Amino acid sequence: MEYLIAFVVGGLICVVGQLLMDVAKLTPAHVMSTLVVSGVVLDFIGVYDRLIDFAGAGVTVPITSFGHALYHGAISEAEQHGLIGVVTGIFEVTSAGISAAIAFGFLAALVFKPKG
Amino acid sequence: MGTKTKTSKSMPMTKQLYQQQAAKYQPKRNVLLNSLRAFWVGGAICLLGQILQNIYITFFGFTEKTASNPTVATLIFLAVLLTGLGVYDNIGQYAGAGSAVPVTGFANSIASAAIEHRSEGFVLGVGGNMFKLAGSVIVFGVVAAFVAGVLKTLWKMFT
Repeated sequence: MEYLIAFVVGGLICVVGQLLMDVAKLTPAHVMSTLVVSGVVLDFIGVYDRLIDFAGAGVTVPITSFGHALYHGAISEAEQHGLIGVVTGIFEVTSAGISAAIAFGFLAALVFKPKG
Repeated sequence: MGTKTKTSKSMPMTKQLYQQQAAKYQPKRNVLLNSLRAFWVGGAICLLGQILQNIYITFFGFTEKTASNPTVATLIFLAVLLTGLGVYDNIGQYAGAGSAVPVTGFANSIASAAIEHRSEGFVLGVGGNMFKLAGSVIVFGVVAAFVAGVLKTLWKMFT
């Protein structure tokens, strides 16, 4: 059941992205930016954590969770250290994703040659 | 030699007219089919994420909260590998947002920019262009999180 919910919810978020591209005629970069900002907003109003409890990877794998993680890092650090925590904590949770993407991306550029 | 041939009956090409003409040659978007493809591919990537997460929880002692880090890292690794092999672009052609919206699409945009600009050198090419596409996601995410975080923190201070 857990797997089915992750599949359906994750799929629906991708459909939202696809509709933004096809119907609203946004470029992929605009779509991704919009989704990230909506992740921040959804977490700001306290919805995103409930979505994670409900759908698991269905909402942690799409890019919206990047916004959620940025906001979460900022807030949890700010609770301990005050306002400065917003800037020191912002990359705390997303660090794994960004570091992995940079490191693997660079290694890929070393190994692979461009196609086409 | 080299005389410019002027088109005798030059139509005044207004912007409106141009768009009318260009619209004929634009591929029709099949919204329903595209959405269906995005749905099942995007769903499948999230399903894979859920499977990985459960593996990390069951076999490697991660908790529900901490397991998303190795899960995301694994997905990113897979996406970069598939990008390098040229497979991810084919998936992207088919799935549209289905492969772009999950975190794998973020990794794909970084890896493909890095590989593509390799010929310009490692510093200016790979280093400088890696975040060409992913940069906007990071910038807007951070700005939004910063504003929201400051608002929330100030709100807590004064209430």
